[in-house]
Amino acid sequence: MLQVEGLTCRFGAKTAVDQATFSVERGGFIGVIGRSGAGKSTLLRSINRLVEPSEGRVMFEGIDVTALKGNDLRRWRARSAMIFQQFNLVGRLDVLSNVLMGRLAEVSTWRSLLQIWPDKDKAIAISALEQFDMMAVAAQRADSLSGGQQQRVAIARALVQEPDVILADEPIASLDPRNTRIVMDALLRINKHFGITVICNLHSLDLARTYCDRLLGMSAGRIVFDGVPAALTDRIARELYDLEAGEVMGTSPEQGIDGVAVPALGAAMA
Amino acid sequence: MPAAVPKLPDDQLDALAAAYAGATAAKRRHVFIGGILLVLAVVLAAWSSEVSITKFSENVWRFPAYFAGTIPSISLATFSADVAEWLWGIKRWLRLLGDTILITYLGTLAGAIGGFVLCFLASANLVRSPAIVFVTRRTLEFCRTVPEIVFALIFVLAFGLGPLPGVLAIALHTTGALGKLFAEVVENIDNKPVEGVIASGGNWFQVVRFAALPQVLSNFVSYALLRFEINVRGAAVMGFVGAGGIGQDLIEAVRKFYYTDVSAILMLIVITVMVIDLVTERVRHRLIGMESDR
Repeated sequence: MLQVEGLTCRFGAKTAVDQATFSVERGGFIGVIGRSGAGKSTLLRSINRLVEPSEGRVMFEGIDVTALKGNDLRRWRARSAMIFQQFNLVGRLDVLSNVLMGRLAEVSTWRSLLQIWPDKDKAIAISALEQFDMMAVAAQRADSLSGGQQQRVAIARALVQEPDVILADEPIASLDPRNTRIVMDALLRINKHFGITVICNLHSLDLARTYCDRLLGMSAGRIVFDGVPAALTDRIARELYDLEAGEVMGTSPEQGIDGVAVPALGAAMA
Repeated sequence: MPAAVPKLPDDQLDALAAAYAGATAAKRRHVFIGGILLVLAVVLAAWSSEVSITKFSENVWRFPAYFAGTIPSISLATFSADVAEWLWGIKRWLRLLGDTILITYLGTLAGAIGGFVLCFLASANLVRSPAIVFVTRRTLEFCRTVPEIVFALIFVLAFGLGPLPGVLAIALHTTGALGKLFAEVVENIDNKPVEGVIASGGNWFQVVRFAALPQVLSNFVSYALLRFEINVRGAAVMGFVGAGGIGQDLIEAVRKFYYTDVSAILMLIVITVMVIDLVTERVRHRLIGMESDR
């Protein structure tokens, strides 16, 4: 069980996450929703300890994550795998090497620096890549792949970390609708088959309602909603998203250009 | 709970691993062959130029012996008097050292401006015409392959004794050295902003100013500061050929076997370089810090 207690992150005068408190049972698929700038990314990054929390604690199965140092901290980072909006692969390394990055916490430093990977770790990496039908491009440079392919490589990297939790930070924000499905389905499959907890930042309410079994709504750094998707009424959603509500609640452009009123000049700046 | 990644059957794994090994074999072969060629070239170079380890080990003691000869005799009893005697020319040396730093400053500034102007013309990603890139690169090469001291000698013949030939020599050499480094920084920039500015209708100068420059400026500053530090050393020997600065007293002391003067002047140069190193490091961190604050 992952428990977040009074987590606060400040950058200078700005408070990105403000007294966040919640707990997540093993095997949950949690969606974190809210406007851009609401603190969703910082929340996930502070759980992985990419960002140092200013106050509060993160507990995982009795371990105080916020107090970890050195090797223990690196091991925790491997156990709480991050997936990023911009994939964060090493573009100049080939695809399989990128996936093997997920084994770094386990492999000894000299072996990894000389790239003499143990057979066991190589087998895991190859299996993970093949699971996404990506072994055909294993020897290519990661930056030669399309966005959807890169995100699949990133998910494979997360999986070979053998994580307990996957923290996905807007994983589909730079992808087209088809790849969005592929990536979200992959996360769901990982969640249901292997029982790995997934905490996923999402901008789109539609996706959050479809995939998640619990939603956390964030606004100005605070958690203002915590419940099942059905409990998220349109009224609450409108409060969460304010002006952006129409855009995130599934009124796609195909539903009729006629119905869209031309915004007044200056509306974009509001 | 099953493992996060179900392992494939062994035969399938082996096939996939073999395919990957095959696809990366060429690259590994190139690295291997390159490594062997490098070792062979080192051995060949040492053998043909008669760099002999035995000669080195037999004569290596001579080198510290010279330095040992330059150490002044300073006793604790008459400490201040001894030091004063050792540094008898401190006033003159400090003035000459000041000249040296001014020569360095002017030369580096002029050279950095020259390198800045030329580097964009030498960047293959910004300039369409291979001819312009080729000519600019060869010009920069000429500027940096001729040693500063040779330039200084030529300029002394043209402009007479004094700091001016020293400044010109350092400026020319710095243009060549920084121009190349700057051009390489420019060639490594992200092309997306360049496309953005071109797509908005920008001309070449606007592309350089708004797409390239913001990406490279911090690197330019670090290279220029490093060059300033290197040039202090370069300027210290300008005086050897009469191009100004502390070098003229240093070469005189070496030629006339004024041993303790040599050590005094060298010590002053080392201290100066250290101080400049500390100061430029601060300046650089300041600039980088300002960048990351934004």
